[in-house]
Amino acid sequence: MNIVVLLKQTPDTESVIRIAGDGRSIETQDIKWIINPYDEFAVEAALRLKEQHGGTVTIVSWGPQRVVESIRTALAMGADKGMLIDDEALEESDSLGIAKVLAAAVQELNPDIVLCGHRAVDYDHNQRGPMVAELLGWPHLPLAVSLECDGTTVKIERPVEGGKMVVESSLPAVVTMGGSHAVWNPRYASLPGIMKARKKPLDVKKLADLGLNPEECGSGAAKIRLVSLEMPPERKPGRIINGDLDTEGKAKELVRALREEAKVI
Amino acid sequence: MDFNIPENLKMMANTIRKFVERDLEPISQQVEEDDRIPEEIVQKMKELGLFGISIPEEYGGLGLGVLGECIAYEELSKTNLCFRTRVATNNGIGSQGIVIDGTEEQKRKYLPKIASGEWTACFALTEPDAGSDAAAIRTRAELKGDHWVINGRKHFITNGDIADVATVFAVTDPEKRARGGITAFIVERTFPGYHVGKIEKKMGLRGSHTAELVFEDCIVPRENVIGGDAMIGQGFKTAMKVLDKGRLTMGASAVGAAQKLLELSARYAKQRVQFGRPIAEFQAIRFMLADMATQIYAARNMVYHAAWLRDTTGAPVTKEAAMVKLFCTEMVNRVADMAVQIHGGMGYMKECPVERFYRDVRLMRIYEGTSEIQKLVISREVLKAFE
Repeated sequence: MNIVVLLKQTPDTESVIRIAGDGRSIETQDIKWIINPYDEFAVEAALRLKEQHGGTVTIVSWGPQRVVESIRTALAMGADKGMLIDDEALEESDSLGIAKVLAAAVQELNPDIVLCGHRAVDYDHNQRGPMVAELLGWPHLPLAVSLECDGTTVKIERPVEGGKMVVESSLPAVVTMGGSHAVWNPRYASLPGIMKARKKPLDVKKLADLGLNPEECGSGAAKIRLVSLEMPPERKPGRIINGDLDTEGKAKELVRALREEAKVI
Repeated sequence: MDFNIPENLKMMANTIRKFVERDLEPISQQVEEDDRIPEEIVQKMKELGLFGISIPEEYGGLGLGVLGECIAYEELSKTNLCFRTRVATNNGIGSQGIVIDGTEEQKRKYLPKIASGEWTACFALTEPDAGSDAAAIRTRAELKGDHWVINGRKHFITNGDIADVATVFAVTDPEKRARGGITAFIVERTFPGYHVGKIEKKMGLRGSHTAELVFEDCIVPRENVIGGDAMIGQGFKTAMKVLDKGRLTMGASAVGAAQKLLELSARYAKQRVQFGRPIAEFQAIRFMLADMATQIYAARNMVYHAAWLRDTTGAPVTKEAAMVKLFCTEMVNRVADMAVQIHGGMGYMKECPVERFYRDVRLMRIYEGTSEIQKLVISREVLKAFE
């Protein structure tokens, strides 16, 4: 089976985010970069498919050279090869522009299935998977918490308001991953895997190598523009109910505060 | 000067950091109470490849240089130190005798099992009357036909209770002792006459055990002299080479533990309120944090530099290694002391990890060469330059 994972590098969810001087981007110099956690689930799912059916897992990503580390991490987990599309023209692209680039990469690789996270933890647009599927004319199965594939069809389970929906399609298809770390439990990049990853092929491409024109996917083609960013308001400190009251008094005061101040009951 | 850490070593550090955060740190207090590491965690350590970091690739390890090993230990030491100790004898003193001086057959026979973690290796040099004065060992080995017979008693042997194979040092020529009369042997647990004796009760490092090894007419095949017959009597040199290498990785562990103590202390100082303000706003606390951070910075750069020097020149860097062991292990003890002070009464409580670190790091100034022995080594090297 020929499997492609679309992987985005995002800031570590524990990084301290600061808005840059322009008010519409973030300061990146102190950020630790990781594989978008949902894309990490996709890598895990892809490796399990490979273990079942054989074949190859190709990691496709975009962005500057720092992204190489994330691709190599996926290779160290067990993926076979990587492709990085590193082109300055993509710096201010919107989701659709990126999706066009990824769709072109997928077409070149001609896989049976494409996996990626249903969202990235940085901008939370939830657009990459569906857009790539649309551009390719392939079915899109969203929010997978399980994945079964027999080589010609793919079946996933997805949660719906606490319930479960099972959807199926023929291949080729795009599946976007939902669930959590506990659901997918992605494997570590083992130390021997890291040593092997150094020798695995990683192609770095420009837009022109994929037959793309910056005018169709670069910043000029962006249909949406990020106007401004704002930090969440600082959380107020917790409050301790007056310790001088007896238990009944404390309970009364707590109920009053929850009802009248917090307005949650 | 290039201070960049190679990409694969950074990835390795990331993997170990994640492993520490997800799998080790959540059980570190439990391990402390139970005084044992759960088998499934040891299994995960094997899968990650942690037991073979320093062992050459052709014998099933990762073949990382000393810098790689140091970076791995730095990350692995940011939690209960028993986890580091569990893998350290396989990567360090338990295997390095074979790596450095072993014959090709010995390497092929033993190293893959040690690298995979299938076997645990330990290093048996210390005896009740031979600690810093290692040349004073009394354990005897005598050649009888095609095998050696070892008699004697080793103590304070890290991982001695679980080891499958030990590097054992014994006197083969009582006249010559350290000058050609001590020999290093590879002794398997299953050899007749090999016994695990008393398991010590220690101040700290719970989860890792220190045991006595007793040899009573222990039969060791002739081919198990490290390096073969040509190396009979050369064991003391092997021991010194092994210890030289271990000094750098011990320094790296001290740096990792100190970094963790700084993080715990900074977090606590920001959150603990006294006199109506977080204590991090008081100069007395801030100056301690500044001292901790500065000392860690100095120590880390020492470790990296000496490791880089060793990897690029292949030289034993005896003086630098001793300096690293001395400075880093003393440093982590000062840092642990400040961490307890910043935590106040809480820092003295068993529920607080700094209490555990405070006891665990104390050993670093003693084992694998005390601080005083390091000073002897350093001063000897310094004076050599003026002979």
